Amino acid sequence: MSKSPEEEHPQKALGWAARDNSGTLSPFHFSRRENGDDDVTIKILYCGVCHSDLHTVRNDWGFTRYPVVPGHEIVGVATKVGNNVTKFKAGGRVGVGVMVGSCKTCECCQQDLENYCPRVIFTYNSHNPDGTINYGGYSDMIVVDQRYVVRFPDNLPMDAGAPLLCAGITVYSPMKYYGMTEAGKHLGVAGLGGLGHVAVKIGKAFGLKVTVISSSPSKESEAINRLGADSFLVSSDPSKMKSAIGTMDYIIDTVSAVHPLLPLLTLLKVNGKLVTVGLPNKPLELPIFPLVLGRKLVGGSDVGGMKETQEMLDFCAKHNISADIELIRIDDINTAMERLAKSDVRYRFVIDVANSLSQ
Amino acid sequence: MLKNPEEEHPKKAFGWAARVQSEVLSPFKFSRRATGEKDVAVKVLYCGICHSDVHMINNDWGLSYYPLVPGHEIVGEVNEVGSKVEKFRVGDKIGVGFIVGSCRSCENCANNLENYCPNYILTYSSKDYDGTITYGGYSDILVVNEHFVVHIPEKLPLDAAAPLLCAGITVYSPLRYFELDKPGLHLGVVGLGGLGHTAVKFAKVMGVKVTVISTSPHKKKEAMENLGANSFLVSYEQDQLEAAMGTMDGIIDTVSAPHSLLPLIGLLKSHAKLILVGLPDKPLELPVFPLILGRKAVAASCIEGMQETQEMINFAAQHDLKPDIEVIPVDYVNTAMERLAKGDVKYRFVIDIENTLKATSEL
Repeated sequence: MSKSPEEEHPQKALGWAARDNSGTLSPFHFSRRENGDDDVTIKILYCGVCHSDLHTVRNDWGFTRYPVVPGHEIVGVATKVGNNVTKFKAGGRVGVGVMVGSCKTCECCQQDLENYCPRVIFTYNSHNPDGTINYGGYSDMIVVDQRYVVRFPDNLPMDAGAPLLCAGITVYSPMKYYGMTEAGKHLGVAGLGGLGHVAVKIGKAFGLKVTVISSSPSKESEAINRLGADSFLVSSDPSKMKSAIGTMDYIIDTVSAVHPLLPLLTLLKVNGKLVTVGLPNKPLELPIFPLVLGRKLVGGSDVGGMKETQEMLDFCAKHNISADIELIRIDDINTAMERLAKSDVRYRFVIDVANSLSQ
Repeated sequence: MLKNPEEEHPKKAFGWAARVQSEVLSPFKFSRRATGEKDVAVKVLYCGICHSDVHMINNDWGLSYYPLVPGHEIVGEVNEVGSKVEKFRVGDKIGVGFIVGSCRSCENCANNLENYCPNYILTYSSKDYDGTITYGGYSDILVVNEHFVVHIPEKLPLDAAAPLLCAGITVYSPLRYFELDKPGLHLGVVGLGGLGHTAVKFAKVMGVKVTVISTSPHKKKEAMENLGANSFLVSYEQDQLEAAMGTMDGIIDTVSAPHSLLPLIGLLKSHAKLILVGLPDKPLELPVFPLILGRKAVAASCIEGMQETQEMINFAAQHDLKPDIEVIPVDYVNTAMERLAKGDVKYRFVIDIENTLKATSEL
């Protein structure tokens, strides 16, 4: 007979979980494994609320196992390190992102691409090697293999830096991989939410010219004055879109709702690349002619490996990049989820775990 | 008042045209411009029948001007050169492909990417700089700016060289650009027609392992014994697909009918690309999850500039690489079009223009 979540492991833990596809979260007692030789035990201070958390608690993608404790933008302090751990010490600032395990031996793992390992273990809603389900960062503590923990830079604020662990790496990685780092080139960022606003900041730090492409004209002032975008394109304005045809070297498409690709593809120059990092739950329509006639490309990207995640954090620290956040108490998480579903947030909720989640 | 095609230009020409949308081709008198100082005048010897010719006759893409003389896989002999022509002499065997003009000043033209010039002129059914419509290679003569002409090396038989001018460059270019030309890589080729079989041949010469992916099981023997493919996958056989999941470094997809991309994306290794070179007339469905979870990409490619076209022809000559063709007389062309629409050709029709296209006085 399977054990209850509280009894599975020796260390008691408290989190908030959704128990069904209404997605409503409430307090949940469970347990974490003992700190092994390769592990770091972390007291969680902050956890970002990623749009994926919302999709997961509502089972939008069809693979949620309830009860589910979301949260993969975790920042905290190491409280204990195993005998083999050299990179971290108790008391050090650390972060955990989207994954907590992988096979470590395949080609992807050997190339620091653990996120593409066919046996990757995600931070929540994934099976541990012992068969138990793991629980994410809407909780007071977590035990993670050191390989999947990053140093959190001293000069980054822990609350505003938390979203970098997913949103940050999600846009940084494809920018590096698809060559979007050449100063002076023109990047379009489609969608101005958690991912989009970080993409603008990182794009500017790479010296790119950045245009935000959005269906919300009300976001223009923010985009230009606060986030530093060079220009703003309202995607529902045909004349503005027409004047921007063939002007962009790359586009990062952060939109997770189903949306047409054709208008975005026409914005690209010849050889231009559109990278989709949003996760629509249905296929998109791909018009072929604009791809063929311009040798354009539509690629995907999924977070990044651990080495690159550390590199991204260090890059953000160097350029003073953190997310624009709204700090919330864990008790307000359900209201936050509803507001997130309506994109009513500038631009990421972050849970103040340490000050609001207690036994 | 519009001049009639015979009077637009000073040189008499004769070809076969569709006079209106979807009409069968029939003899057509028209004219070509005088040989300008940078032009070469060409006696056409052979012209390949590209699937695009079928689409253009039917105006499937909304780009067609009528009367329409198709043909952009042209091989011929130079019979006159303009006073400033440097690269060609009378008697040279040459090829003309997809384009006959570009602005020559934009960034793309400056980088040998004339095919991406926003003001390019297609070999047929395109507005030329003087406002007249261009006519293609199903005709007896051609006048072309030397920049858009390539040499055909002696080693290549002229009839088999014709399909290289479009099919050849269409598959050669992405193999190079997307770096699928390294020995030991595993390439999938979807569709075994004019483009597909040429892709298999180029890839094998480059030392690449090739799997043909097809809906026609009867093509397996041909693919493996005649074309040298390493393996053959029937795309609707689930167990064959599953066994090949995540094994390919790249896929060249030559299929122009609407088809599902999801199984093809599944065949790719992570970080690999599916490259479309066929031209479906409707959008395809793009599943986003598999792209994201494997950092895969869907890209596309369309011929290439003149420099690379010459490079491709030279490469083919060097490696004795010839498309498999069926040579036909011009009055078989309508039957050939019907057969082509059904995929009934191994693997390209080539019209023997020199010996069968004769101007007649009765039209």
